[in-house]
Amino acid sequence: MRMIGRRLSLYALTAWVAITVNFLLPRLMPGNPVQTMIGKLTGQVTPAEMNAIQLSFGGSFKHGLFSQYITYLTQLLHGNFGVSITLGAPVGAILRESVPWTVGLIGFSTIISFAVGTFAGALLGWTRGSRLDSLIPAATFFQAIPYFFLGTVMLLVFASNLHWFPVLGAYSQNVTPGWNWAFVGNVIRYGELPVISIVLSSIAGWMLGMRNMMITMVGEDFVLMAVAKGLPRRKVIMHAARNAVLPSIANLSLAIGLVVSGALLVELVFNYPGVGDLLLQAVLNEDYPLIQGIFLVITLTVLCANLIADVVYLALDPRTRTEAAV
Amino acid sequence: MKILRLPKSPKVLLGLGIVGFFILLTIIGPWLAPYSPSATNFAANLTPSAHHWLGTTSLGQDIYSQLLVGARATMVVALVAGLVATVLSVTIGVAAGYLGGLPDDGLSLLSNVFLAIPGLPLLIVIDSYLPVNSRSNSFVIGLIISLTGWAWGARVLRAQTMSLRNRDFVEAARIIGEKRHRIMFTEIAPNLLPVLASSFLFTVLYSIGAYVTLAYIGLTSTAVWNWGTMLYWAQANNAPLSNEWYWFVPPGICIALVGTGLALVNFGIDEFINPRLRAAGITSRQRRKLGLPRRVRLGLTPVLRTTRAPRVNPAPAKLVSQ
Repeated sequence: MRMIGRRLSLYALTAWVAITVNFLLPRLMPGNPVQTMIGKLTGQVTPAEMNAIQLSFGGSFKHGLFSQYITYLTQLLHGNFGVSITLGAPVGAILRESVPWTVGLIGFSTIISFAVGTFAGALLGWTRGSRLDSLIPAATFFQAIPYFFLGTVMLLVFASNLHWFPVLGAYSQNVTPGWNWAFVGNVIRYGELPVISIVLSSIAGWMLGMRNMMITMVGEDFVLMAVAKGLPRRKVIMHAARNAVLPSIANLSLAIGLVVSGALLVELVFNYPGVGDLLLQAVLNEDYPLIQGIFLVITLTVLCANLIADVVYLALDPRTRTEAAV
Repeated sequence: MKILRLPKSPKVLLGLGIVGFFILLTIIGPWLAPYSPSATNFAANLTPSAHHWLGTTSLGQDIYSQLLVGARATMVVALVAGLVATVLSVTIGVAAGYLGGLPDDGLSLLSNVFLAIPGLPLLIVIDSYLPVNSRSNSFVIGLIISLTGWAWGARVLRAQTMSLRNRDFVEAARIIGEKRHRIMFTEIAPNLLPVLASSFLFTVLYSIGAYVTLAYIGLTSTAVWNWGTMLYWAQANNAPLSNEWYWFVPPGICIALVGTGLALVNFGIDEFINPRLRAAGITSRQRRKLGLPRRVRLGLTPVLRTTRAPRVNPAPAKLVSQ
């Protein structure tokens, strides 16, 4: 429990740092972008909207930095992320629509990629030196390709030329969103290609990490003991794999941030209505409140995912329960 | 290099070859380019031909020239970011690992915070606030990328330093009365070299990805030619959907190749640090020649004797357990 406490305080601190960076950045950058933006907007938006935008940045610039910070934090606590300049709607409401898509797409692909990659890595580690080793350079190549590029190529080959998959978006225009089988099936159909491309780009990391741990494990005495006892091969592999997977799970919480960063761009390629696509629009339109809101939401979501991974790790490895390790 | 005895496996040699090729391209690429990358005086949308090896863009620019010129900006940013991030991670990681106690807690916390924040969104937020003229500056972009990329290296280096700190030779240096910074930099640091090299390569790999991504979103100056801006313009002109593969595939392949090269060299370093990872030390062809079993035996790390073994067994080579 102490470990969970320590991790919790780490994540709380991280969230605080992210929020503070978000607050300070527009003020420290040369040329004061927020002032410029507000100057540009004057006359274009209603005074009420202007007030809301100013509030989300921490109130009027006439107050001191500290009181702006307090206002900013209070606004955040009330769930007020500000108002998007281009879309004219509260950032919180916009995000509520796009976050589920991203969490679904990236979460699902990460789980598949982790499971398949770990399994393949265990096999590779066990059969070290065999022909399967030639998989490694291939996997490395896929890992080195930027996610969005692999997505683009797959879109071109499998969707627009071979017509195996639908081209763009998260669901067809013909179905109405809702909790019915037609819609869910459609979403799955449209999600196949993005999921495959994310899995292909991220699988190598899990595979190689697991392979290396597995090789180290295979040299341990307890594995030799299991073989000497005459356990069937499958049981021996499970024996070694269960121990080798622990560092992978410990790394899972740290790697989620990296995977999310890469996968956000896959949404862009496939026109997926998630946060990544939204982020690009916000960047192109210099919609600062929206950019900042998205950054905060992504960070907080990743932190939650980290915490889940930590709890899983704790449940799997009894040693961490007594020994606190951050 | 003597300190870093990389295993001379085909993987590592291939990796070194690829990386060397692209470093050469970084230096001479802009001179090799047949045309100016921005010149628009050709017909638009040409397919690859003898005059334009990779065709032209929809503005009539030569894509092959863009690819050659773009190598430099891409690699320079990646190297700047890799260097700065490595300096940061060495300073923070080694200090945390060696000093221990309160400084360690603080520095580890700092790197854990940076690890937990997803890098790319942070990078996008910082970059979107940059004044437009800084966005074309390779060094500014490199610095920002290094800010989000140092934490992993610091973590790895801290762990390695902690395991070195209590070794006998460090203890001896301490007893002799060496100064603390001298122990840190002349006793411990050289032993960190393989880990350091590996984390440098990893950071360069990360930086290429980050830079290309920023450019692809259009957050770096679109007037600076790099592989990311090429992808940006290709995407903006719908090249992927209109089958103009020669526009967007070459930069992507180049990025992937550089990445693969770096990763392959990294394998070599990993195998140097942990010799068990070597593909059993003996290639499958050698195995067959020596009549060894194809599969690696459990619990045994095979070693190939090059000098003649004591005459117990007449076989010229044999497996010994370690």
